[in-house]
Amino acid sequence: MTWDWQVFLNDDGSGRTYLEWMFEAWRWTLAVAGCAWVVAVVTGAVIGTLRTLPNSPWLVRLANAWVELFRNIPILVQLFIWYFVLPKAFPAFQQVPGFLLVVFALGFFTSARIAEQVRAGIQALPRGQRYAGMAMGFTTWQTYRYVLLPMAFRIILPPLTSESMNLLKNSSVAFAVSIAELTMFAMQAQEETSRGIEIYLAVTGLYALSAFAVNRVFAFVEKRLAIPGFIVAGGTGGGH
Amino acid sequence: MGNLDLSFVSWEVISKFVVNGFIFSVQLTVIATLGGIFFGTLLALMRLSGRKALEIPATIYVNGMRSIPLVMVILWFFLLVPLIIGRPVGAEASAIITFIAFEAAYFSEIMRAGIQSIPRGQVFAGQALGMTYAQNMRLVVLPQAFRNMLPVLLTQTIILFQDTSLVYAIGAYDLLKGFVTAAKIYGRPEEAYLLAALVYFAVCFGLSTLVRRLQKRIAIIR
Repeated sequence: MTWDWQVFLNDDGSGRTYLEWMFEAWRWTLAVAGCAWVVAVVTGAVIGTLRTLPNSPWLVRLANAWVELFRNIPILVQLFIWYFVLPKAFPAFQQVPGFLLVVFALGFFTSARIAEQVRAGIQALPRGQRYAGMAMGFTTWQTYRYVLLPMAFRIILPPLTSESMNLLKNSSVAFAVSIAELTMFAMQAQEETSRGIEIYLAVTGLYALSAFAVNRVFAFVEKRLAIPGFIVAGGTGGGH
Repeated sequence: MGNLDLSFVSWEVISKFVVNGFIFSVQLTVIATLGGIFFGTLLALMRLSGRKALEIPATIYVNGMRSIPLVMVILWFFLLVPLIIGRPVGAEASAIITFIAFEAAYFSEIMRAGIQSIPRGQVFAGQALGMTYAQNMRLVVLPQAFRNMLPVLLTQTIILFQDTSLVYAIGAYDLLKGFVTAAKIYGRPEEAYLLAALVYFAVCFGLSTLVRRLQKRIAIIR
């Protein structure tokens, strides 16, 4: 077998090279994953916190139902529901751009997993932390804002890192609804050029590079936020 | 949501399109779980062997697999397997090979954590009894590691079952594809996607409830 890296300089038929197309696709991947990450972290933090509230059984139940719903359906099926079913069932969704529908599909899917981590993080704190907040005369909101959440977030940073990398990888399902991201590029360029190995290698490299970058950013954040004497254990494997 | 029409769903439609797909999804899940745990355990043992020649390739394999999307791995194998064995293979066969290879990386991380969770005294006790490395692993360490990690392994299996839907990328006929095919023929995609979601939810929610129950029982025995 011979390499043919020249293929990236060929015109794709619309006046740009495959290399340009690939970098454009990379930007789409990063945009989808980045926006979905914001949705996932905000929603996941709220849902995860609700699940630990002491005196609101209905909010806890609601939040638990959210997690079960979004965790037990494959991302691809959820994506189809956001993209095809919702606009049909609720005409208001027809005005929403496809990009945003994908962002919400990925964001909510991931929010269930992050909510689970946030809950575990809060429950991992000694009971005394909550009592200390109450003893100081804090309201529930203040106890969470100043005592529980700052520590819980530090605890869950390692699993949150891998979940963020998972989100980046999961963004590849957007190919199924024709978002022009990296996997879509890989499939189409492979078909058009028949140089699958070169194309796939480049795309795989970009994914690995992006995932590594996410990992480094989180490692940096973890180091900056570390509190001396407060040791956090890493999570176990599994996931994606 | 008033315009849903489920009248196209009949036992005939289900048995014609959905059952085959469901059987393949389950097959793929079971084969990939067993194969993944087997090769994953080997990879974990390589990484914990303390020998660089085994440790480094296993680490590169596991971290490499874990840093690329499953969809890309599926595409890679679909491209490479025919080149390597010299004849075309079906999407289904390619999917089975892909999932064993991919899941082995994830299961190896779980097994590694499981093996490391066994107190050193257990290993020393095995050595004191004159066991070889293989005996020690097979009779002392791995059974306990496996037992400790059982809930995590099963949770991974549930994730695996969901991930089988990604064989959509190469057109293999799984549960989702069954629903998509029926949707095309009867022109009712919305209903088909919702039904697909319902079936996946029922299976995954049922299994995860079982896992939680198991976890409680194991916790009491330990």
